[in-house]
Amino acid sequence: MTAIIRVERLDKSFGFHAALRQVDFAIEAGEMVTLIGPSGSGKSTLLRHLVGLTRADRHSHSRVEVLGRDVQRQGRLVGAGRDQRRRTGYIFQQFNLVGRLSVLTNVLIGRLGAMPRWRALIGRFIQHERDLALRALERVGIVGLAHQRANTLSGGQMQRVAIARALVQDAEVILADEPIASLDPRSAREVMEILQRINREDGRTVVVTLHQVEIARRYCRRAIALKQGRLYYDGPIEGLTDARLQALYENAGLDELAARPADTRIAPPLHAVG
Amino acid sequence: MIPTSTLDSRAQAGKRSWRQLLGWAIALAVLAWAWQGAEMAPSLLIANAGNMATLAADFVPPTFGNLQHYIDQMLVTIQIAIWGTLLAVLFAIPFGLLSSDNLAPWWINQPVRRLMDACRAINELVFAMLFVVAVGLGPFAGTLALFVHTTGVLAKLFSEAVEATDAGPMEGVRVTGAGRLEEVIFGLIPQVLPLWISVSLYRFESNIRSATVLGMVGGGGIGVSLWETMRGFQYTETATIMLVIIVAVTLLDMASQRVRKRFI
Repeated sequence: MTAIIRVERLDKSFGFHAALRQVDFAIEAGEMVTLIGPSGSGKSTLLRHLVGLTRADRHSHSRVEVLGRDVQRQGRLVGAGRDQRRRTGYIFQQFNLVGRLSVLTNVLIGRLGAMPRWRALIGRFIQHERDLALRALERVGIVGLAHQRANTLSGGQMQRVAIARALVQDAEVILADEPIASLDPRSAREVMEILQRINREDGRTVVVTLHQVEIARRYCRRAIALKQGRLYYDGPIEGLTDARLQALYENAGLDELAARPADTRIAPPLHAVG
Repeated sequence: MIPTSTLDSRAQAGKRSWRQLLGWAIALAVLAWAWQGAEMAPSLLIANAGNMATLAADFVPPTFGNLQHYIDQMLVTIQIAIWGTLLAVLFAIPFGLLSSDNLAPWWINQPVRRLMDACRAINELVFAMLFVVAVGLGPFAGTLALFVHTTGVLAKLFSEAVEATDAGPMEGVRVTGAGRLEEVIFGLIPQVLPLWISVSLYRFESNIRSATVLGMVGGGGIGVSLWETMRGFQYTETATIMLVIIVAVTLLDMASQRVRKRFI
């Protein structure tokens, strides 16, 4: 079995605050893994490293490899960043849709990386691409909203659009950063079920950061837990016993105060990215 | 005993009122200084009221013999404003994007900003005089003058809109593997477009007003007639021209405002 995601000795600090320290793990194709931990533990930061949205510390020995190719090494983005990102779907807590565009166009954005450049630049989508997008919307159950503006949707609907966007990318790996943290319980369950179906039916690797243990237990077989930026647990979800969880979340309130910078969304300036 | 926090806040309040006083003193000093420099003399308005009345009387009644000619000239003025603004919008898009610090590194955005500052700092009339030398008397010189100055203004306003955008949608486009240009086109432009359209239309309105005086320095349009009639003391003609300008500017302002409201 070959690892589809490999993270080695990942170090990341924001100023003097160490957000991630020597994080090591590997994920194999077809797994559904949860990254778990109190907020501020570094799980979102970790996920952002996998697509190069955040870069590790310079001069560290950090290495991130996805789909058999390096994404970054020692804090430098390497390799075919764009192609790599196309094969990796990413879902954000805040959905990151383009509010003024229609739902359908938002989904079609997932095809931009695979289209000929000239068509991508003028936004000319062919019928085949539209069909793909509509099928993806059908799969997430909101094909009826295709022609609405994205900013008229509810949070749960927006997250489905984001998932549909990842689906039309035909991504082999789906990374979901707190996909249900802004949703009501019912929408949260529905979104988790869609992710589970993508994992089971399409055999896609899914990595999802969560902070609710019950949800992690219901949908994921493996858990990777972070505490204060360090790997705290990596193994079957059943191994994350109540005692271990208590230790994971102890002082979480204080940690949240101290570790706030780790979770703030820091966008690297555009020129810094390949 | 008074708790130290109360003392602190009292000291702070004292400091604040002292600072406020200083602020007012500075503001008043600046006003007095500027009053002197501008040689403000309201009494002159009263002393010379008779002259003003005589001059004003020369403007009435307006003569409408040349009305058609003035309307044609006003249309040329509007045509100058249309092309001056359109060219400026087209150039302000790349310059505005390049001077935004969330898109371009400092070694690009700083030089571009300084270039735009220069375009903005020099008045249209000055540019018009320069372009008259380059392309000769006439509306084209005026159009170029409006274009250069407006590019400087719009690039700044465009980039301010860009810097105020949410990074999320752009990240959302980036992670799909789209290129950087696609990221701007799909993730950023939809966010800023309403504001861009609105400020462009506003600039169009103000460019029509600016274009009415470009003719005074040879930039074409109704300014030519305005200047000639004033220099020839044909004030009744000047009055007609002013009426034409007022009507045209008011109508276009109203039309443009209507369109603008749709985009906000």
